[in-house]
Amino acid sequence: MPTKLAITGAAAVAHAMRQINPDVVAAYPITPQTPIVEYFAQFVADGVVDTVMVPVESEHSAMSAVVGSAAAGARTMTATAANGLALMFEIVYIAASMRLPIVMPIVNRALSGPINIHGDHSDAYAVRDSGWIQLFSENSQEAYDMTIIATKLAEREEVLTPAMVNLDGFITSHGVEGVEILDDEVVREFVGQWEPKYPLLDIDNPITHGPLDLFDYYFEHHRQQQEGLKNAYKALPEVFAEYEKISGRKYDFLDLYRMEDAEYVMVVMNSAASTAKYVVDELREKGIKAGLVKPWVFTPFPKKEILEALDGRKAVMVLDRAMSFGKEAPLYSLVKSALYEAKERPMMGTYVYGLGGRDVTPTMLHVPFEDAIKGELDPNEERYLGLKE
Amino acid sequence: MPVNMKQLINLVEKEDWPFTQGHRLCPGCNAPMVAKWATMTAKALGYEPVVGAATGCLEVSTTIYPFTAWNIPYIHNAFENVAATISGAEAAYRSLKNRGKLKTDKPIKFIAFGGDGGTYDIGLQSLSGAVERGHDFLYILYDNEGYMNTGNQRSGSTPPGADATTEPVGKVKTGKVQFKKNIVEIIGAHENVYAATASTSDPFDFMAKVEKGLKHEGPAFIAVLAPCVRFWRIPESTGPKVTKLAVETKYWPLYEIDRGVYKITRKPRNFKPIEEYIKSIGRFRKALQHPEYKEMIEEMQKYVDTRWERLLKLEEVTKGMYLR
Ligand SMILES: Cc1ncc(C[n+]2csc(CCOP(=O)(O)OP(=O)(O)O)c2C)c(N)n1
Ligand code: SF4
Repeated sequence: MPTKLAITGAAAVAHAMRQINPDVVAAYPITPQTPIVEYFAQFVADGVVDTVMVPVESEHSAMSAVVGSAAAGARTMTATAANGLALMFEIVYIAASMRLPIVMPIVNRALSGPINIHGDHSDAYAVRDSGWIQLFSENSQEAYDMTIIATKLAEREEVLTPAMVNLDGFITSHGVEGVEILDDEVVREFVGQWEPKYPLLDIDNPITHGPLDLFDYYFEHHRQQQEGLKNAYKALPEVFAEYEKISGRKYDFLDLYRMEDAEYVMVVMNSAASTAKYVVDELREKGIKAGLVKPWVFTPFPKKEILEALDGRKAVMVLDRAMSFGKEAPLYSLVKSALYEAKERPMMGTYVYGLGGRDVTPTMLHVPFEDAIKGELDPNEERYLGLKE
Repeated sequence: MPVNMKQLINLVEKEDWPFTQGHRLCPGCNAPMVAKWATMTAKALGYEPVVGAATGCLEVSTTIYPFTAWNIPYIHNAFENVAATISGAEAAYRSLKNRGKLKTDKPIKFIAFGGDGGTYDIGLQSLSGAVERGHDFLYILYDNEGYMNTGNQRSGSTPPGADATTEPVGKVKTGKVQFKKNIVEIIGAHENVYAATASTSDPFDFMAKVEKGLKHEGPAFIAVLAPCVRFWRIPESTGPKVTKLAVETKYWPLYEIDRGVYKITRKPRNFKPIEEYIKSIGRFRKALQHPEYKEMIEEMQKYVDTRWERLLKLEEVTKGMYLR
């Protein structure tokens, strides 16, 4: 029987990790990811799990150690946020190129500078081209579920690609909510045993991991990585369906909220989607056909699903919790490019909100809808929600 | 039982080379000797070596995809993180063994190779972290006193006067002014560690230390002076001859720090002046012509003499005082 616990998002993720019981966890603390590592360390200290934990001296070494561990053949996890992810950056790419199914919760936090410990998505966006699968979660329940889903997905033979599970710093990681925790055996059976094909520790069949890859093969290997992500795109619906069977919770590439007949659609990721849903409800009560699209999957980017969801709508307002200096905001530019093939292109607007953990209020989220209803969207003008002028 | 010639010959006769020929290191390079001797020693002792390497000459020249010179499991990750990488692999080994998931019951030993750049400089944090955490692994530094792979730049190990492209000898400067960072004492100062120097001039001393390092339960570190023939500007066949001079001139004393206890493993009967060593290496040629050359040599001589005296005293006072 699943149990309902009132816990933080960090604790929910740590419980998922406890149930997955990875062979190795190497991690380094950084606010607001720290409680994940602390909870998990306590599970290790109490003998609740027999994971070997490597309390490294930096995130760079955390990512390096998990590469060593995963290559050795162990199911391996780590977790980080913002500057930690930035310090890992070099090895984040290497992990993907070595096709190691590492799972890494990212507690989204603003990427310095200036230094700020609160949430935005600049960290996740910074590694969007690193070759990792990137899942996003609105709340603690989703963060828990996605951690389990990511493990199953990353290890599929045709995928073999590391996966990040994003959850918002403080809002999700530190906020207490009711979270339904599946039975330990159910999770264990779902994720199964990890059987690596070419582990470093197979001493009878020695192989060379991480060789020098010059111009004669590098290109082909990148092409293969692309295949892994294409396969992840194909495998995701299956894994979601399997997960629905054990949990009753239905996931998809996109969370479509009141979208059947929606004319004015907001696109936003993670926790702000909760507030956006509330705003959509308010507008619906007034008879305005508002709707929301929340991507659960950012990489592989569900371009086709976005097109299907948004083609023919009156207006699409994309909200980014990060900037791309000198360019269009990351999610906006991807949604916009997905709509290139739309039969009936909607009006579009681009909004940046909540940087560095700035509060996101319903009043704020009404603004893009109001702009759309008034017909005042400008696809080339980046607007800022809640910015002090 | 220390590793002996017979065991090595057995291996050679079986043609069971853990590190094979066919790599693309320069002829005369001393790095492959280090890799070969270390992995052969491990094999001869009945261990299965699992190897990691940092980016550098040894790595780029031995694993050009789809070829590899490694006949044993090998992993390269990046430049500065071989110690962290191998510590992850070692943690995986412990975990999988513990959980009964390991497919073999042969004794595995982890060996990390790094150049001086990847060890003294950019990789020091990762190395110190791994050593401090007490992973069971042997780190072997092949010290060619510079970044050779990227074209002879200075490292924390480059000696004064040696020409390096990022700190060249010029009209007003005799190249780098600092002496080498004392990496062995830095690592030796960690807890429960076996740390030693070795030289390509003395393979048996090196192999004995490799054996000690492998048998030591916990981290072990060996710094091997291993010339780069190319940027040291020495004839191809003379690497070990030059490192012999390094030992005889006190430039590179052979010693170990075993859990805090110092021991000099080679005490040359007749020391030679440091100048002889300097003159044997083309890399110092420009410094030789520098107006401040004399002062530089005097300073170096004083330095190596003092350090030798210091080593003797440390050997005396730490005798038997194992920290563990
Ligand atoms: C983060 C990073 N910085 C710089 C480099 C470039 N680089 C590759 S190998 C190397 C020098 C290696 O020197 P060393 O460790 O002494 O080994 P050697 O080449 O002498 O064998 C440098 C600077 C790199 N690969 N990664
Ligand atoms: S450049 Fe020097 S260190 Fe590199 S392979 Fe050649 S001789 Fe060896």
